[in-house]
Amino acid sequence: MSARAFLAFFAVCAVIGLLGFGLLSKGEAKIAVGEPAPDRVLPVLGGPGQGSIADYRGRWVLVNLWASWCIPCRQEAPELDRFAQRYRKRGVSVLGINVQDNSDDALAFLREYQVGYRQLRSVGDERSAAFGSTGVPENFLVDPRGRLALIWRGPVDRDFLEHNVVPIVEGRP
Amino acid sequence: MRRAALMIVAALALLALASPAPAATPQTSITDVEDEVMCPICGTLLELAESPQAQRERVLVKRLIAEGRTKAEIKDILVAQYGRAVLALPGNSGFDLSAYLVPAIAFVLAAVGLALGVRRWRRAANPPGHGGSAAAGGPQGEDAERLEADLARYDL
Repeated sequence: MSARAFLAFFAVCAVIGLLGFGLLSKGEAKIAVGEPAPDRVLPVLGGPGQGSIADYRGRWVLVNLWASWCIPCRQEAPELDRFAQRYRKRGVSVLGINVQDNSDDALAFLREYQVGYRQLRSVGDERSAAFGSTGVPENFLVDPRGRLALIWRGPVDRDFLEHNVVPIVEGRP
Repeated sequence: MRRAALMIVAALALLALASPAPAATPQTSITDVEDEVMCPICGTLLELAESPQAQRERVLVKRLIAEGRTKAEIKDILVAQYGRAVLALPGNSGFDLSAYLVPAIAFVLAAVGLALGVRRWRRAANPPGHGGSAAAGGPQGEDAERLEADLARYDL
């Protein structure tokens, strides 16, 4: 192979490589009901220690992606807290994952809305991207085996929880 | 003599008193930071963003400025809070360096390629055996005679 042909080959490979990198780095995650929930060990918001969705294996867990600047999250958080308290003994937990936020604002939000369920924190939008998220809040019901049972890209209220989440966790069709 | 020495000492003392204090670190301003960091969700510079998240980010920056943080410290804190996507400019080390190196290398390669291309094109236009003159490349034999006849006919 002549030097010129090698250079041309190298240039073409470099361009294809850059295009591929660009496509892969911007690609959004696709998730679906029945698939394993995207999971990663994250720091506990405002406290020591770490946690993940895998900690809830054997229980149902409603994962809530939220941010303090998100207005619908303000209406949703107290409802989720009530749901968490009501269903704790029935094997259902709520896990908040704070995304695209700063921790001081997030902690102030939890105090203001008296949210008591467990909270993890994802720096930037890494977790949002893993869930293929388009905004906040978004909610994902994960079954005791760690698989997605419900994907809801929006806020939840009492009505939604009673009619869409409770039947699943209670095994009602 | 003694009086002169006293005067010199007094002058030096006055100079010492009059000399300015060590320069203080200039305080960072919000506009100075806003054009170098992003609103990660909006995908625009913070100075152009008006979303709720941008407003919270701006509040955080203002608070850090009020605490007397330098621009570099503020950027470090923003990266810890929002991730590297908050920086508008790539860093100057590691993989980020490629953002500066690749365009420079591409420019040099393009310039070299262009120079080689021009050189080759000129060589092709003037092959070495033809002496480079226009007459040498012109029509010959019957063609030349016909051309002369045509030129004469049209009185050119």
